[in-house]
Amino acid sequence: MTETESKVIWHMACHVEDIPEDGGGCAFIEGKQIAIFNFARRGEWFATDNECPHRQQMAVARGMIGSQEDEPKVACPFHKKTFSLRSGQCLNDESYKISTFPVMVKENRVYIGL
Amino acid sequence: MNVQSTIRIVVIGNGMVGYKFCEKLMARNKNQDPFSITVFGEEPRAAYDRVHLSEFFAGKSADELTMAPAEWYAENGIRLFLSDPVVDIDREEKLVRSHHGHIVYYDYLIMATGSGAFVPSIPGVEKDGVFVYRTIEDLELIQSYARKAKRGAVLGGGLLGLEAAKALLDLGLEEAHVVEFAQRLMPRQIDEAGSRMLQSQLEALGLQIHLNKSTQEIAGGECIKGMQFADSSFLDVDMLVISAGIRPRDELAKIAGLETHPRGGIVVDNFLRTSDPNIFAIGECALAHHMIYGLIAPGYEMAEVVVANLCGGSREFLPFDMSTKLKLIGTDVASFGDAFIEEPACKTIRYENKAKGVYKRINVSADGKQLLGGILVGDAEQYNMLLQTCKGKTILPPDPEDLILGSRGGEEAGAGVMSFPDDALICSCEAVTKGMICHEVGENGHTTIDAIKKCCKAGTGCGGCVPMVKDLIQGVLKQKGVYIRNVVCEHFDHSRQELLDLVKINGLRTYNAVLNEFGKGDGCEVCKPLVASILASLWNENILQKDRAPIQDSNDRYLANIQKGGTYSVVPRIPGGEITPEKLIVIGQVAQRYGLYTKITGGQRIDMFGAHLGDLPSIWEELINAGFESGHAYGKSLRTVKSCVGSTWCRFGVQDSVSFAIEVEDRYKGLRSPHKLKSAVSGCVRECAEAQSKDFGIIATEKGWNLYVCGNGGSKPQHAQLIATDVDKETCIRLIDRFLMFYIKTADPLTRTATWLNKMEGGINYLKAVVVDDVLGIGAELEREIQMLIDVYQCEWKEVVESPELRKRFSHFVNVPIKDPSIQFEPMRSQKRVKEWS
Repeated sequence: MTETESKVIWHMACHVEDIPEDGGGCAFIEGKQIAIFNFARRGEWFATDNECPHRQQMAVARGMIGSQEDEPKVACPFHKKTFSLRSGQCLNDESYKISTFPVMVKENRVYIGL
Repeated sequence: MNVQSTIRIVVIGNGMVGYKFCEKLMARNKNQDPFSITVFGEEPRAAYDRVHLSEFFAGKSADELTMAPAEWYAENGIRLFLSDPVVDIDREEKLVRSHHGHIVYYDYLIMATGSGAFVPSIPGVEKDGVFVYRTIEDLELIQSYARKAKRGAVLGGGLLGLEAAKALLDLGLEEAHVVEFAQRLMPRQIDEAGSRMLQSQLEALGLQIHLNKSTQEIAGGECIKGMQFADSSFLDVDMLVISAGIRPRDELAKIAGLETHPRGGIVVDNFLRTSDPNIFAIGECALAHHMIYGLIAPGYEMAEVVVANLCGGSREFLPFDMSTKLKLIGTDVASFGDAFIEEPACKTIRYENKAKGVYKRINVSADGKQLLGGILVGDAEQYNMLLQTCKGKTILPPDPEDLILGSRGGEEAGAGVMSFPDDALICSCEAVTKGMICHEVGENGHTTIDAIKKCCKAGTGCGGCVPMVKDLIQGVLKQKGVYIRNVVCEHFDHSRQELLDLVKINGLRTYNAVLNEFGKGDGCEVCKPLVASILASLWNENILQKDRAPIQDSNDRYLANIQKGGTYSVVPRIPGGEITPEKLIVIGQVAQRYGLYTKITGGQRIDMFGAHLGDLPSIWEELINAGFESGHAYGKSLRTVKSCVGSTWCRFGVQDSVSFAIEVEDRYKGLRSPHKLKSAVSGCVRECAEAQSKDFGIIATEKGWNLYVCGNGGSKPQHAQLIATDVDKETCIRLIDRFLMFYIKTADPLTRTATWLNKMEGGINYLKAVVVDDVLGIGAELEREIQMLIDVYQCEWKEVVESPELRKRFSHFVNVPIKDPSIQFEPMRSQKRVKEWS
């Protein structure tokens, strides 16, 4: 289970249908809130912190996803700070960044690597 | 790399100008020339935006004020020493020695030591509770002392003093005083009449202003207790901020033997060289053209001049225009050109409106051809235009008063910013001319504000020129024959109106279908809610079904208003504000059961706050069982139709306004539109329902109803305008049908009806011709379209409550059945509130 990187531990988060297509949901893993996104349009999955660092609000999973140029991104529903789903870098305010986590989908289950 | 030829530059001072010097040198040099730069700063922080210092108290953090983070200096190879002032310059050896003992050799030395607060020698200034207002450290001291203080004063009624007074207000002191030695406020920038107008505006905000006061002593023991004035009056205060002017920091220059002025300032020539040709001085420490330039724009220009000369150019610092525009505690104040010139050297035009707190003055040359200068208080919207007219020596129109009053003849005045000469300065902070911006737009294809900011920095300083830059972009594009459309975003090359037509003709009902057909990429937070709104406006299907849930904006996504902390508020529909006791009891019971904070809204409804996401379906289930429907408080749709009690109870009422309001609200509930819609019905001309401030408002007459449209409350109030008089109910409804559908089909996204009308060519007369006279012949079609939407209306919350599939999405976590543990409440006035965010 730990092929990709030696230190990553995979946690089962939910089933595929728990996350709406082209939307997100939040999983509670090891006391942490992780936002998981099913970017069906691109056939990709992403995971980030659920907390937006701007006002410390637990709502990134409720944000709209999309792209800027080709960069996949999510917009926090509070003040529309947008974050790259790849790097976690805030795209409209350089001073913010969120963590991103690897996602693995196997047999209809979604795993997050912490 | 050729080490010998490295040019060593030392910058003393890391303020805004010192930083700007580094930024400009980096930008111009692009690491071509071997410069090595060392910066010494006295403060513990890297350069920050001192101009907006007072925003620190309004909630901006020190980080947000930073010009560039420490990493920026490292990335550009600049050595930055903070908390380490230079204490000695050895001009023979060409080296500086810092407080911490760093010794750095220089080829060129840049003095950017800025200025300090001028503290007059009043007995008692050393007492606790007396502060200056200059650095973030000063502000932190003021902030912590203010917690135990009740009455604060500022000594000095100039620009900085009034900024400091705003800070005292922001800190929540019970009393905030301004003490000024002169006879009026801001004597250097504005004239007597302007000062008086400013004063009355500030007093209305709670500032107490004392003029003609010479402070003799600061009274008290260890701490300040009050101020004793020469006229033997006394002011009780427990803290004082001194803001009586600035003093150039020239002490180091003096020690080094550079020429300084007896009244302060390092003397420089037109190239900003000091008496030592290897040493330059820039910013507020430099005395150029016999004066200290205490504004940011000339400071940046000085940085530019020295950078240009170091990079092999030859550029002089010319006497700088000191025109300025600022917002003081919410009041615009601006002066430009020769603001004080008096007759007979000029002709002065003055406009004063005490009711609105507006004062304007322009000075026109004796021959009436040129604008020499002027003053604006309370409304400085025309500042940029006037400044360019003044600087560009534009020939004035025959009625120059139009410049400040607007043209009153109906025709549009002037040709706007496109008529300026190419060398007219548009962005004075970054010295960008009209010609440069037009070139970037026309030749280099930079056609957005962001692109212009990036390529030539226009608009990145105070931001005051942004509207003019926008006009220039549009103007150049128009000249080039480009058809200007407000396209949605990078994913859709269409305007909202075009997209609506395309979606309609092709019968598309999902976001992905629209994106596949007419867009590109993966969409974003701009186009998703826009398409969601169009789909709802066309088909009125449940907004959470098919693929539509994740494209809804924050509130629509969960059919509730997201509030601080991530909880939601719930507003059931209460048509016309009429509610039975039974229903009131249900609201009370639901609020009790789910621990909700309750408040009456401005729209005659009841709002319940603090609902957990997971509780929303159960809350609505109970409300719906009691006969409530969604109030759409979360949607860009019809909110409320307010009513007065009307002829059923009121002795003045001439029609039954409540019944009509309920009818109207029931007709248009759930109708989604480019922005929210508000309405009201008043039962007589007394207008208790305030219908004229609504998107559409109805007022009863003896013979029927008057219909008003396109009013607005909020930040830019605008009265609705009358389009029909004494019509019966059926006619009134038919006109509203047409009006709403015309708005839905043609407005830009997130544009209220008032703004939509303001942008409409032909204005209210055109709108009236379309809606009332049906000149386009689309009346019947509009009525049919809206009737279709009304016919398919369903309460969307009822649909969610009844659908297990949709209900499932209303939970904070997808893997555990618990609520968000990070949400915290605290008690307030027998209810609760969510914890303040930091």
